[in-house]
Amino acid sequence: MKFEEEYEKPSWMVMNMRTAFGRAYPRIIGVNREPSWVFFDTFFPILAIAAYIYVYTALQAPPQYLGYVVIGGAMTAYWMNVLWGMAAQLYWEKEMGNLELYMVAPISRMAIMAGMAIGGMFTSTVRAVTTILAGVFIFGITLTLEEPLMFIGIFIFTMTALYGMGMMFASLYMMWGREAWHMSNLLTEPIYLVSGFYFPVKGFQFLMGDPGFWLAVGASIIPVTLGLDGMRQCFFGPGDGFLPLWVELVCLIILTVIFLILARFSLSYMENLAKKEGRLTLKWQ
Amino acid sequence: MTKYAVETSDLCRDFKVRQVKGESKKSTVHALENANIQIKEGELFGLLGPNGAGKTTLIKILCTLLLPSSGTAKVMGHDVNTHCQDIRQKINMVSGGETSGYGLLTVRENLWMFSQFYGMPSKLAKRRIDNMLEIMDLSDKKDAKVRTLSTGQRQKANMIRGFMTDPDLIFLDEPTLGLDVNASRLIRDFIHKWMKDKPSRTVLLTTHYMVEAEELCDRVAIIDNGKVLACDTPHNLKKLISKESALKLQIKQIADVKPFESIPGVRNFSFKHDPTTGTTDLKFILEDEAIVADIISEIPKCGSKIISVEKTEPTLEDVFVALVGRGLHGDE
Repeated sequence: MKFEEEYEKPSWMVMNMRTAFGRAYPRIIGVNREPSWVFFDTFFPILAIAAYIYVYTALQAPPQYLGYVVIGGAMTAYWMNVLWGMAAQLYWEKEMGNLELYMVAPISRMAIMAGMAIGGMFTSTVRAVTTILAGVFIFGITLTLEEPLMFIGIFIFTMTALYGMGMMFASLYMMWGREAWHMSNLLTEPIYLVSGFYFPVKGFQFLMGDPGFWLAVGASIIPVTLGLDGMRQCFFGPGDGFLPLWVELVCLIILTVIFLILARFSLSYMENLAKKEGRLTLKWQ
Repeated sequence: MTKYAVETSDLCRDFKVRQVKGESKKSTVHALENANIQIKEGELFGLLGPNGAGKTTLIKILCTLLLPSSGTAKVMGHDVNTHCQDIRQKINMVSGGETSGYGLLTVRENLWMFSQFYGMPSKLAKRRIDNMLEIMDLSDKKDAKVRTLSTGQRQKANMIRGFMTDPDLIFLDEPTLGLDVNASRLIRDFIHKWMKDKPSRTVLLTTHYMVEAEELCDRVAIIDNGKVLACDTPHNLKKLISKESALKLQIKQIADVKPFESIPGVRNFSFKHDPTTGTTDLKFILEDEAIVADIISEIPKCGSKIISVEKTEPTLEDVFVALVGRGLHGDE
């Protein structure tokens, strides 16, 4: 067969942008295709934040604590997506038989990962927005954005750093296979605690003094820790903030650069290693 | 000067495997041993071999999914070790039984997604996909979710995925595996037509099916235990054993077949009694056709009568058995 229309090979940049959009598409469209997912992805997180809201209300905590819970609950969607969607994605792609087709395609592997990240962010945003709407309309939480520009900056760099971290994990999962699942389990509940999903991390200092401060510093390696704290400060002021807002933004920018570089190199390293050992396309490893 | 789409020189690939689960000691499996293959541009080249022969390993090396342990491999003039990106722009691959894509997407969406990985403009990709869906007799399934497709329909969609980017070289790893006669025929016809319409296109096909190799391939390499045992046109390969003749006879049933075994020039002899019809089937591989007369004359001496005589030509399968020492499925 002859193809009537030939096409000029696009530039490297355009090619990778098309790739990223192409790979994001299944996740974006998946939100509409499976209404049951939307229900479970939104309903259960609301139950989790409801428990904290009732506890804080019963304890007569300051009203901003209810807002902290709602923002934390919204960010849970992204963290879960990074751990169980993004990090495990290459492993699943290998099992499904897609990975070798990605590897044969003449594109940057980072473009594929970026597509997964964009798609994941989209689905997580649906869930996060639902959580916030539930907080506002069901629990009567008032959210007033006091620092809109800072919020945009903090949100963008939190997402980029977080998904950069997810891309880095994806390479590790590809090599370690099912063993890496334990890491996801390990990083779920403990990170909820140390990153302060349901309370400000400054709370560690009140509880433990200096060790508490250093615990929060250590937890800041996970971008969601500073991201959450920064976003809370943008809504409710710096009163319960861990570090000044601008410091948190700078730290998030640094984390973004570090995680993207690490993701790029770990992906390249793991691909070469897998090609040497023949593990790139073999399933059940 | 001949342009080669694929050139390998002393290509080897070893795998380290644990013999017993949990044991740390690993043994080395030689999946490919000094494979030397040259595939000309515009050629439909077949790789024929049993399971574990090294066919898929070779394809994976050529597709840049696996590194060779030693030796060299060039695809479209580029080294697989150092110029992966140049190679990837010119190739594509389709495997039999492939389950690629996402079940919740429709056939058309899935194909569109893969077209984006090759930088195809979206509108052009959709037109090309619709066109190919029609050729593959899959138009009525274009809006069906991939998870609802049958094996044959899925494989047709895989073929579209591989061919829609119009690669210079395509690797087809058992593309008709597990398909019914009609679907296999359609895929074979498609490959044939695709090659014919643009003579510079090259295909490397691995298959289990002798008929497929014989029907489609310009040249065939027979591979077993990682070694290339022979490589030539199907016609020339058959000539390798054409000096030998195969003769099939059906005669009235006899009790003793020993006299046939001792006829000089009979290289191989087998028989089968059929009590229901009262006949005996005799099969001979002969060193020379002249021996046929000796066999025919022996039959009346045994008190039997000839019912039918058939002289068979060697097939690619006979060549395979002669070279490998067993049939393609390892049970002959």
